[in-house]
Amino acid sequence: MASVPETMNQKTRHAWLVFVALGVGLALLPFLIDAGLGRSWVRILDLALLYVMLALGLNIVVGYAGLLDLGYIAFYAVGAYCYALLASPMFGLHLPFWALLPLGAAVAGLFGLMLGTPTLRLRGDYLAIVTLGFGEIIRIFLNNLNAPINITNGPQGVNQIDPVTIAGMSLGKTQVIFGVTFSSPHLYYYLFLILTLSVIFVSMRLQDSRIGRAWAAIREDEVAAEAMGINVRNIKLLAFAMGASFGGLAGGLFAGFQGFISPESFNLMESIMILCMIVLGGMGNIPGVVLGAVLLTVLPEALRYIGDLQRAWIGHVVVDPSDLRMLLFGFALILMMLFRPAGLLPSRQRKRELGAQGAIAEQEQVSVYDAKR
Amino acid sequence: MSLLEIQHLSVSYGNIQAVRSIDMALQEGERVCLIGANGAGKTTLLKAIAGMLPITHGSIHFGGHAITRLASYQIVHLGLALVPEGRGIFSRLSVQENLAMGAYIRRDKAAVQHETNEIYQRFPRLGERRNQPAGQLSGGEQQMLAIGRALLSRPRLLLLDEPSMGLAPMMVKTIFETIHDIAKRGVSVLLVEQNARLALATCERGLVMESGALTLQGASATLAQDAAIQKSYFGE
Repeated sequence: MASVPETMNQKTRHAWLVFVALGVGLALLPFLIDAGLGRSWVRILDLALLYVMLALGLNIVVGYAGLLDLGYIAFYAVGAYCYALLASPMFGLHLPFWALLPLGAAVAGLFGLMLGTPTLRLRGDYLAIVTLGFGEIIRIFLNNLNAPINITNGPQGVNQIDPVTIAGMSLGKTQVIFGVTFSSPHLYYYLFLILTLSVIFVSMRLQDSRIGRAWAAIREDEVAAEAMGINVRNIKLLAFAMGASFGGLAGGLFAGFQGFISPESFNLMESIMILCMIVLGGMGNIPGVVLGAVLLTVLPEALRYIGDLQRAWIGHVVVDPSDLRMLLFGFALILMMLFRPAGLLPSRQRKRELGAQGAIAEQEQVSVYDAKR
Repeated sequence: MSLLEIQHLSVSYGNIQAVRSIDMALQEGERVCLIGANGAGKTTLLKAIAGMLPITHGSIHFGGHAITRLASYQIVHLGLALVPEGRGIFSRLSVQENLAMGAYIRRDKAAVQHETNEIYQRFPRLGERRNQPAGQLSGGEQQMLAIGRALLSRPRLLLLDEPSMGLAPMMVKTIFETIHDIAKRGVSVLLVEQNARLALATCERGLVMESGALTLQGASATLAQDAAIQKSYFGE
């Protein structure tokens, strides 16, 4: 009798060990990467965390609620510009970080509602086209809002954006804390890590909540969902707003981290890239989305080394690595569609939809069972 | 006051009037069937009651509330559930998840759990396959799931649209036994059915619909004896 609680105890102890190991690993990661690969890779790691947040935001819209959004980068742009315009010499405003972060998320959320409201009746391809247009509209606005009144500084972008400052400590400079030297990318890493973990936590809670179930229902069948008593309109708008606010949050961080933003950073290719992250990783499944985002941020950077390799082996660059990157990337996506169509770490439902090869055989068995009765 | 009261109800698809000025009432605890040929407007009438179609004229009252202009999700909250034609199950969600969606509007988790287990007892096949995607169930099992799911919203009135469609005779029998049991527990039933004989045998009262209008109504026993009905709907 006593063995049952004992195994339970062992299980929780085991879970705790994994948890602690993971925590220590994540805390030491930037130092290991700095020592092993160099400072520039810590920056790439920071960017990877930003993309994880973005991908998790888009995952709410596409993965949970099933609304295909091809203009998601617009919310990243809104968050970034919100931060940049209120914390740079542009208007001479220097609002504190703790005010800018929620503000960026909230403004992006409003833009999410702005996109959601007119597209409520659209589905699938039609929704994709409108969202794509929306993303472009935002970018073009940012590009052109420098005349007659200069608001966004047009294609030149916004410069000298204040770095994130927490409790008087600027993350833009190297800091020594308890005798340990943290460079700026290290400091940003810890901030982004904390926020990424919070976004993961919120995503998990949302998925298991009543709202999450309602999203799953409208993803499957809107009419049936409404017949269950779900207010489809509000639940869809909530998906757009929640997803957008995650994007806005990441955008604000991006602006503070980079110190410079321009409309160029928010083009269609970025939207597609984020969508690829969640498709590659496994739509609707949080570990899959995180993996997809990290892989697709890190891989293109790693492929840059192909240029160096060519120089070392052949003496000069034969194939431009940036061309090769897109080629290999396309190749990787095709391979994935062939071998893991539901993503690297698929969600349960996607697995059922795409992965289950036995589904037809199963259906036949059912019919046989019925016939026998 | 009747549970469901419909006055001069008309519904149009563009220029085509699918339901023409219908008046009907349904009492609490009553089982009523609606029979008629294909295209008579039966499904349209059910959908209009459930708030899934815009109403051109007339009014609908349910449990004392005017529901004519309410959205379908609001009507569910008042205790009216529709099992649509073709069942409308969430095929990629598991059987259990489908049933949980039926209880979406409820907060009393313990009671929902209890009623879910009751449904598994009534339909053992659903219990066996509770973790499988609903799309892999057979047609009859899907119909049971759709009915079970609708019951979990604790409706006062259950609208059933062609529950026997495409099912083996054994399954049809099970489904109609279930409808009987549902009514015994005090849930009112409005049943649309092609199989007029079975429908009249299950319900106390019948309504006959022809090209969008009600042409006949009365006690099932009387209707079943009606020569015109026997000729048109029993195929005799």
